[in-house]
Amino acid sequence: MVMEKRKKDSREGKKMFLMVLPFLLLNFLFCYFPLHGWVYALYDYRSPLKLSQCEFVGLKWFKMLVANETQMKQIGQVMKNTFAMSFLGIATSFLPVLFAVFLNEMKSRKCRAVVQTLTTLPNFISWTLIYSVAFSLFSNSGMVNTVLQQLGLISEPVRILDSGEHVWLFMILLSTWKGLGWGAIMYIASLSGIDQEMYEAARVDGAGRWQMIRNITIPALMPTYFVLLILAVANFLSNGMEQYFVFQNAFNKEHIQVLDLYVYNIGLGGKSFSLATAVGMLKTIVSITLLIIVNAVSKKVRGESII
Amino acid sequence: MTEKRAGKRNVCRRKKPASRKEVSKMAKKKTSGDIVFHICNYTLFLLFTLVCVYPFYYLIINTISSNELSANGQITLLPRELHLNNYAEVFRLNGLSAAFGISVARTVLGTAGTVMVSAFLGYMFTQKKMWKRKFWYRFLVITMYFNAGIIPMFITMKMLHLLNSFWVYVIPALVQPYNIILVKTYVESIPASMEEAAEIDGAGVLQRFVKVILPLCVPILATIAIFSAVGQWNAFNDTLMYVTDQKLYSLQYLLYTYLNQASSLARMIKSSGIANMTASLATQQTPSSIRMTVSVIVVLPILCIYPFFQRYFVKGIMIGAVKG
Repeated sequence: MVMEKRKKDSREGKKMFLMVLPFLLLNFLFCYFPLHGWVYALYDYRSPLKLSQCEFVGLKWFKMLVANETQMKQIGQVMKNTFAMSFLGIATSFLPVLFAVFLNEMKSRKCRAVVQTLTTLPNFISWTLIYSVAFSLFSNSGMVNTVLQQLGLISEPVRILDSGEHVWLFMILLSTWKGLGWGAIMYIASLSGIDQEMYEAARVDGAGRWQMIRNITIPALMPTYFVLLILAVANFLSNGMEQYFVFQNAFNKEHIQVLDLYVYNIGLGGKSFSLATAVGMLKTIVSITLLIIVNAVSKKVRGESII
Repeated sequence: MTEKRAGKRNVCRRKKPASRKEVSKMAKKKTSGDIVFHICNYTLFLLFTLVCVYPFYYLIINTISSNELSANGQITLLPRELHLNNYAEVFRLNGLSAAFGISVARTVLGTAGTVMVSAFLGYMFTQKKMWKRKFWYRFLVITMYFNAGIIPMFITMKMLHLLNSFWVYVIPALVQPYNIILVKTYVESIPASMEEAAEIDGAGVLQRFVKVILPLCVPILATIAIFSAVGQWNAFNDTLMYVTDQKLYSLQYLLYTYLNQASSLARMIKSSGIANMTASLATQQTPSSIRMTVSVIVVLPILCIYPFFQRYFVKGIMIGAVKG
């Protein structure tokens, strides 16, 4: 009887597996199968040719990254941009915490809801559109320059979009604008989990607003903050490319080209498929290593893994 | 209740009992520091909220105002000399209607597809009987943490004949490990007795899924649907990388190309229509009027659905945070 049931279960289990198999194959096709493309990094691949028709060059592309001085300078600049953007991202990661804390201090529930709804909106707007909006507002003939000129505050338009200066600042301001309200949502939700008795008790003991923020609210948000922070460290090399791609132009290219964008520019833009594959491959390997390290740190410090 | 609490507080502070009336007065009274704090706090949030909303407002008022005034930067707070000519004209641009269709199609199909697949797989991976369930689940989930890079993806798409095909927007997005985790976690939170009862009644696994589990999963599926719909509508990279055929451009990509060539487009519209011969300067298309009108068309669907679905967005991020 037991044997029979087990047999039936195992048959059913196989049937279930067959039902999900097509989707596992789909996943394999788009996630694992592309990894075979890494061999292109070892060839001198030219687009329309077949791989077998191209020359095998071994580690030439990897060596090239550090051998040639101009190449090294370029990679150096790209890494500098990548690190700058990631570092600025991490440095501003406390802003959503503050946003949540101070929103929580607002008495009117309705006000809170309105602020929350309107400030999360930019997160759902594509970078292309943000570029379009930024163009209307900040280009040389855009709203900001026109208004400032009409007021007589400046005589020449301030070049914001088409200059190599302050690119990092402008980019971080834009991503803060886009992400601040949304980033705060998770903290706002953790705030509602704080036991109100704690505030009562603190008030009884004569604690003021700032003392309560410092000793109750902020500590309650720290676990979430810590998780997000180490995830940001794990994603240090991945800034994404969309934001930087749409804002890229001949004037700011040097300072806006982060690693993801660089891979695109030399690969699909410049048709150096093999070099781009090599860089992309290194990036993936470093990112995974970072993730493993960060996960180990998290396990040790918090006794919990993040993946 | 509040009075009682306030009373407690008062006692501690002044160490002297006070009458109820006095107590409630004390609780309401704010120190001047409090008032200053609240004024600053409300002002800051008001400012930031305005900064978040104004750009969209600016776009909209400029597309419905006189193009001449708009080009001179005179429309900043209120629309003036209203007209809807821009919207009528802009649909005559090559490719805009087609791109709109593509974007709608990919949003509908892509969202429906990924919701169905996520629901099914999320449920199936709760079935303990499944052959090597844990292994296959890990096989799936681990793909969130690496990617091959854009060139290997490009080569793969080429091999699969997905370059310049509409399906490149839909098929690769079907299996989303993150969504599958969300559904699996959700199904696991449903009391197992419900499914067991159906099993005893002789329902097979698919029947249990459709009849018992699926109706209960609607909230989480709505969350997934809304996220994936926004993702599909906003997607830009896939067109950039895999599509060169203009007929398959998504609206986002078309907007990007318009941004880079708005002046030639204005000329195109000007020279193409008889209607424009009589158009005054106020309603004539300018590069910026075209850019802004197309932008509004791109952003409007999101602005319209967003307030109604905001709670689903919030719910989505919270469920993700629990698991994350």
